[in-house]
Amino acid sequence: MDPIIEGIIRAIDLILTGDPEVLSIAALSLYVSVAGTLLACAWSIPVAVALALRSFHGRRIVKGLFNALIGVPTVALGLYLYLLLSRAGPLGYFQLLYTPYAIIIGQSVLVTPIVVSFATGALESVDSDLRTLARTLGASDIQTYQVVIREAFWGVVLAIVAAFNRAFAELGVAMMLGGNIRNLTRVLTTAISLETARGEIALSIALSFILLSIVMSLSVAINLARKSTR
Amino acid sequence: MTLILSRSALSKVQASIVIVVILVGAALAMYGYSVSNKPAKARLIVSTTTSLYETGFLDELKSKFELKYPNMNVSFISQGTGLAIQTAMRSDADMILVHDPASESQFLTGGYGVNRKILAYNFFVVVGPSEDPAGIKGKSPSDAFKAIRSAGLDGTAIWVSRGDNSGTYSKEKSLWKGIGLDVKDLRKEVWYLEAGSTMTATLKLANEKRAYTLTDIGTYLLNFNNHNIDLVELVEAGKSMLNVYSAIADNPKNANMTRANFEGSMQFIRYLVSDEGQQLFADFGTSKYGMPLFKPYVKLLQSQSDPTLIQWISDLAFFEGSECPQQFRYQAEDLYSIPPAVPVLVMSMLTEVEQRKAPAWIRSSKA
Repeated sequence: MDPIIEGIIRAIDLILTGDPEVLSIAALSLYVSVAGTLLACAWSIPVAVALALRSFHGRRIVKGLFNALIGVPTVALGLYLYLLLSRAGPLGYFQLLYTPYAIIIGQSVLVTPIVVSFATGALESVDSDLRTLARTLGASDIQTYQVVIREAFWGVVLAIVAAFNRAFAELGVAMMLGGNIRNLTRVLTTAISLETARGEIALSIALSFILLSIVMSLSVAINLARKSTR
Repeated sequence: MTLILSRSALSKVQASIVIVVILVGAALAMYGYSVSNKPAKARLIVSTTTSLYETGFLDELKSKFELKYPNMNVSFISQGTGLAIQTAMRSDADMILVHDPASESQFLTGGYGVNRKILAYNFFVVVGPSEDPAGIKGKSPSDAFKAIRSAGLDGTAIWVSRGDNSGTYSKEKSLWKGIGLDVKDLRKEVWYLEAGSTMTATLKLANEKRAYTLTDIGTYLLNFNNHNIDLVELVEAGKSMLNVYSAIADNPKNANMTRANFEGSMQFIRYLVSDEGQQLFADFGTSKYGMPLFKPYVKLLQSQSDPTLIQWISDLAFFEGSECPQQFRYQAEDLYSIPPAVPVLVMSMLTEVEQRKAPAWIRSSKA
């Protein structure tokens, strides 16, 4: 049978029968990528606000740097962090390598440039007259930022969603820092890679459809939410 | 207006913060729960060769081992032999399961590993298109490699190499070396391709190119049975095609390896060479492929059914006449004594083997 059709049938079967292993892999994938993305937001959004709304020396250079870092190969980043987290590395004491925590840390670093760049873009695109208006009406710095963030809310959300998608679909960091350990650090992408290496093509395709369907449902949900608020 | 704007903005921002906090909290709670659910388990990280992992053997091994030792949690990191050894050298793995005697020897002599045990063996095979353009079917490995090279130079055959630091690549290099050729020179020739990838990826590339390649039998059968490839076995067996799998524990005396789980490694190695562990090797794959993918070595020693094969394994995978010379053993002398439960009939043969080994041990301990 054509492996793609077989893969689709297998994917539907795996989802409908609720295969516990596939479900736990998908759940872990969601968990690490959500946690990684949120962790990245914790520092990326303040950085984006500063880059978009404050003027200081080297602002363009920093912005350019974050833009360029979007393209960092996941395997290279995985390698650097591997050397950091390794038992023989500077952070070896914490024994984080080959745990879900390591993937979360890696993915948060990976998506930081995406959140920073996209959110900065969204915040900058807010009409500067609005800021001036807020100022003249006596708003403080913080209040002004709140106004701008509110205007750029969906742009920032889309930056976060883009970051999540990158984290969710990346392989290099999860493989190098997680080690693809069954029932512990096996996420969808590393499972796809393993099943491909094992020659289980249909299962790989099934897993990739599960990954895609999660990404697509998220983007549909965000779009619906966006429409309903406007 | 500002007040209204900022108030509603505040609520949205606050709402986002609340959502974020809830999500992070939920994520941490989930993880905390999943960790607290498996309390007091000693973690054992084993870096291993892809051929053992991809066949699914290690998953089965893990479940059987953890059933017997519920306080253990085994994690396998599946890498090529070269990388698996690197991982253990950095102490990121507690032990290794690999199949490249040359790099195993370096791992031991470098002070990184102790207590090597040979676990299992099988044979590498040269596979290729059924048309067999180089006419290697039924030839000896060295004749086959010569024929492939000359057909390659004539432009009628292609060879695909792993081209990484795997045990399979190491074997391939030694096979070319056996007929006086260096891979460094071969890789400049157009018929010699390097996949730089896993065994399955290499097999698929060879399949597309209608090329020859060297593979471990397990990965080959797996892909052949899955109809991923239709390459056929052309050259098999023979001493030079032997593939020997060993386990080595991290050296607890190495200052960089003090965090490694030595007790766990030894428990696992003891299980692998036990009757139960060896039976797992013997049973895996027999129903699907009609033969075990990894043949148990300790069982072979105990049964003494094939002295030639035992000799081959000793020649290929022993260092200084022993599977683990004296100076690389640590608190595990019993592992290297005569295996228990030996039928009386073969005892005499065993003593013969031990006598053959003995002088080498003495030599190594003196050295």
